[in-house]
Amino acid sequence: MFSSLRTLTRPIVDENPITLQILGICSALAVTRRLDTALLMGASLTAVLTLSSGFISLIRRQVPRSIRLIVQITIIATLVSVVDQLLRAFAWELSRQLSIFVGLIVTNCLVLGRGDGFAMNHGVRASALDGLGNGIGYALVLAIVGAIRELLGAGTLLGQPLLPTRDAGGWYEPAALMLLPPSAFFLIGGLVWVVRSARVEQVEEAEPVPEAARPVTSA
Amino acid sequence: MAEPMAGGGPIGVEAEFGPLRTVGVALAVCGVCALLLTGSVVLLRPYQIQNQQDSSEARVHELVSDLPGVGALIAEAGEAQLDLRAVELATGVFAPSVDPMDLLEGGDGGAESTPLPAERDPAGIGRVPRYAPVHLLYRAGSLHTVILPVSGRGYGGAIRGYLALAGDGDTVRGITFVDHRETPGLGAEIESADWQARWRGKRLRDAGGAVRIRTVELAPDPNSPDSVYEIQGISGATRTSRGVAELVRFWVGPDGFGPLLTRLRAGEDA
Repeated sequence: MFSSLRTLTRPIVDENPITLQILGICSALAVTRRLDTALLMGASLTAVLTLSSGFISLIRRQVPRSIRLIVQITIIATLVSVVDQLLRAFAWELSRQLSIFVGLIVTNCLVLGRGDGFAMNHGVRASALDGLGNGIGYALVLAIVGAIRELLGAGTLLGQPLLPTRDAGGWYEPAALMLLPPSAFFLIGGLVWVVRSARVEQVEEAEPVPEAARPVTSA
Repeated sequence: MAEPMAGGGPIGVEAEFGPLRTVGVALAVCGVCALLLTGSVVLLRPYQIQNQQDSSEARVHELVSDLPGVGALIAEAGEAQLDLRAVELATGVFAPSVDPMDLLEGGDGGAESTPLPAERDPAGIGRVPRYAPVHLLYRAGSLHTVILPVSGRGYGGAIRGYLALAGDGDTVRGITFVDHRETPGLGAEIESADWQARWRGKRLRDAGGAVRIRTVELAPDPNSPDSVYEIQGISGATRTSRGVAELVRFWVGPDGFGPLLTRLRAGEDA
């Protein structure tokens, strides 16, 4: 029981797919301008990741090695398309804003990474929990970045005005940088720094500098 | 089964599978996935169509109520003053026998569309329908605004929207888009209120009746006599901007709503 709980919670902070493994960055930049799209994207990816890891694990012993990646991608692409169809049916406006990024979950390295790296070697339960945990870890980072960007960039949170902006007669001058994709880079970079300051074991070892590249005067 | 059974244990140590098994697994996975996918598409289609219609109607209302002075007019007079009519494109005459709601929902009014030769199809729509639905807004008995459905191709695919013109059939009151697949942050800026506002007050045709409206790369020089026909395109989205200009030019031209607009300009009773 305890170990399956660890499977679920480990990817949330200790092995967060974005801050530790730096996976799934592209969508994290694109959909975090507002908190609601970030949350919906996080939920969509979590659903896809949980189900795909579960299904891949279910058939892992039947799948010949030679075609395993194709099989995994087929499963992931199917689930992504189903999720996309569901959003178009039940969350029309938000799905219009997410546009192609839901479809691009197929190419999110995170999903295939967990499918091939974890689900192929573990049981269905553990794999689904691992997918769920990684999805939550991803969604958490997206939610943090989305909340900061929306609050500082537009003065609102989930569309509710929190900081009255100048345009609306308030005092807050929105930081336009926060509306541009690079700001998500800065925020994710900041998050990585914060997480690695708290969990020093996540800091990567410096790569050894090749002999020839060393400056001669260093001695 | 002639094939060896797959053993437990981690990947890589199990027995090799034969080609028959490989093909079988691939087919089975594809079959299950295809079922899932078709099932979801078929079951969810009615909801999606409903959403599309709702959003399309909402855009028409939004476009209408965003027009200067019109929001108050509608609030005062109610929706009754917004008429929906079917128009025969080739003649520009209203067709009372055709149900405009049917046209809005994608019907053809019982008449086949005609194929467009490539040289007359700058907007890339392929076929032009015989009838099209238009919204007409009357104010104090005279025609105030005409709303035309327009469509064409951008960079990412089909673009659909509405173009609102003044009662003279020539001055742009507004433009809005209900469906497109343009790049977020670039071409998708056609949805932004700022860009749509650049269209307001522009003229479609010159005194001779030639369609002049177009997008340009730089902000039009307000002193130039041409600036009344020019809209600054979206930087970084040249093909989207050009696509939108072409679709507007097509739909106000002779193969689109041109005949209707000519009648409106001549002051004929709409």
